[in-house]
Amino acid sequence: MSTEKSDVAAGNGLLGRRIFLKAGVAGGATLLTAQAAGVEREQWMKFPGGPMSENGAPSAYEAHVKRIGVASQPGTTGTGVSRTPLQHLNGLITPSRLHFERHHSGIPDIDPDAHRLVIHGMVDRPLSFSLEALARYPMVSRIQFLECSGNSGGSIAPEPAQVSVGNMHGLVAASEWGGVPLSVLLEEAGVKRGAKWIIADGADAAIMSRSVPLDKIMDDAIVALYQNGERLRPGNGYPMRLFLPGWEGNACVKWLRTIKVMSEPAMTKDETSKYSDLNEEGIAQLFTFPMGVKSLITSPSHGLSLGPAGIYQLSGIAWSGSGKIKRVEVSADGGSSWADAALDEHVLPKCLTRFRSAWNWDGGPAVIMSRATDEAGNVQPTRTAVLNGRANGAFYHYNGIQAWAVSDAGEVSNVYA
Amino acid sequence: MFMRKALLSATCVVFGTGIAFAADNPELGEELTAAQVAAVDFTIMPDGDGLPEGSGTAVAGREVYNQHCLACHGENGAGGVNDVLAGGHGSLTGPRPQKTVGSYWPYATTVFDYIRRAMPFQTPDSLSNDETYAVTAYVLFVNDIIAEDADMNADTLPQVKMPNRDNFVWGYMPK
Repeated sequence: MSTEKSDVAAGNGLLGRRIFLKAGVAGGATLLTAQAAGVEREQWMKFPGGPMSENGAPSAYEAHVKRIGVASQPGTTGTGVSRTPLQHLNGLITPSRLHFERHHSGIPDIDPDAHRLVIHGMVDRPLSFSLEALARYPMVSRIQFLECSGNSGGSIAPEPAQVSVGNMHGLVAASEWGGVPLSVLLEEAGVKRGAKWIIADGADAAIMSRSVPLDKIMDDAIVALYQNGERLRPGNGYPMRLFLPGWEGNACVKWLRTIKVMSEPAMTKDETSKYSDLNEEGIAQLFTFPMGVKSLITSPSHGLSLGPAGIYQLSGIAWSGSGKIKRVEVSADGGSSWADAALDEHVLPKCLTRFRSAWNWDGGPAVIMSRATDEAGNVQPTRTAVLNGRANGAFYHYNGIQAWAVSDAGEVSNVYA
Repeated sequence: MFMRKALLSATCVVFGTGIAFAADNPELGEELTAAQVAAVDFTIMPDGDGLPEGSGTAVAGREVYNQHCLACHGENGAGGVNDVLAGGHGSLTGPRPQKTVGSYWPYATTVFDYIRRAMPFQTPDSLSNDETYAVTAYVLFVNDIIAEDADMNADTLPQVKMPNRDNFVWGYMPK
C-alpha cells in the first residue's frame, strides 16, 4: 500500500479516511496462494468436525477474552465490579457474557414466576405486573450503551496506571435492550398531578435504590427484559431492570421490584453519599445523570504492542449520553494535529460508535489519542479540563481524552498528555 | 373502560410522550390493596415519610453496632475492611476528602433507610426497627451530631440536621 502525500490527513503518519469509506476495498486482491502441484489439507480438514451444542461458546483459542478486573469487597464474592475487555472487542455490540457488572450485594437468584413489578405512590391505582403480563405489552428495542459513572475513575490518579484499556475504562458496554416503555405502565397506573420523581428499588439483598426524574422516565425509560435478543442475564438484572438511555448506570436499577412515584427524590445512600460529585470548594452535585461525550482508542492500547513500522489501524469507541456521535478526531502527534476518523456505518443515539483511522507508523515514538464530538456540540475535554475544579479523589463522570504512548519498540503505555 | 381510556389519553397528553399506549396497552396490571403496597414499600423520604414505628438511642445502638457492624466498620465507626462511618469533618476541601456519614451525608433519614435495606451486609432483614433506630442513633452520635441519650424515632430523626446538609446542589432539575 502506498502512502502518497495526498493520503496524509494529519501529522506523524495519520492517513485519510478514504479506505474506510469505500465498501469492499479489501476484497479480491488478497485471495492468494498460488497452488502447489498437489493439493493439501490442514489438520482440521481431515476428519469431520465437532458436534452442535445447546449453548454456544467462543473458540477455545479465545479463552483469554473474558471479563477482567473482577474485584469484590472484602469478605464478599458478588459485591464489586467486573469489566468489559475492550481491548479484545471490535464493533459496537458487547457480547452479553462480557458486559461489565457492578453489584452492591451480589446477584440475586430470582424466580421469574414469583417476581412482580409494583408501581405505587402518587398514582390513581397501584399496580402489580408479572413477567408474563409484561410480555404482552408493546415492546421497544434500542441499541444503546450503559456506562457506570465510576468508569475511568482510575484516570484521576497522579501517575497514569499501566493497565489495559478494559481495566481502566471497561465499565461501559453496548447492547440491544428490549423492553416495555415505563411510560405505558405509569399511564396505566395513572400518575397524579405534582409527581416529579420515581424511586426505583431492586430485588437484591441491598434493595438498591435510586430516584429518577419523572420527565426522563416518560421520555425514553424502559423496563428492560431482553439483552441482545435473549432474556437479561442474571448479572444484568434478570428478569427485569430499569434502563435509562444515556444516563449513569447506577440509576438503571437491576432486578427492578418497585417504582414509587413521588414529588421529591428520596435521597438514597447511593445518590447522596456515593454517586455525587464533590468540587474543590466542598460543594457536591447531586443527580449528575447524563454520561458525557467520550472516546477511547482501544487498539492499539496498553498491552497491545505494535510490530514493525508500517500501516496500522487505530480503532476505538466513542459515545455520548446526549445523542449521536457526530465526529471523532484522532492524533498521532500528542494532539498537535488531528484528523477525522471514519465512523462505522451504525451511528446510533446514546450508543457506542466504532471509529477507525489508518496510521502509517514510522517506527518512532508517538502519542496517539482520540477526541469525540456529539450531535449536541459537546466536545470531549482534556484530562486537565475534567479535573479542573474537582475535589481530590472525585472520580465519577470522568470523560477526559485518553492518550497512549507508542515507544520505538512498539510498546504502548498509558500517558497523560 | 371507555372513561378510563379517555383519562389515560389525557395523561398521555400531559406528558407528551407520543406513545400510542391506549390502543395497544393490554392493561394487565393487577390493582393492589394498601396493605399489599405497604409490604413492598421501603422508601423513606428526607421529611420522614415512610419511617416505621419504633425508637432507639445511641446507648442501645452501641451494643447493636458492636455485635453486627464493628467487624467491617471498626470501633466507633472508624472504618475497617469497609466504609469509614465517622470523622472526616472539615476534610472535604483538603488533600484527602473523607466522605463519612458525619462529614458528607446530607440527610439523617438516609442512614436509617440504608441500614434497613442493606445492613448488616450478610444478614439484612435481621434487625428490628428499634435496633435500626438505635444503630442509626449510634452512627449519628459517634459523629457528634446527636447526644448519646437522644431518642431517634419517626418524629425526631428527620429533624436532625446533618452538618454538611447545605453543601449540595442539584445537577438536574426535573421538568
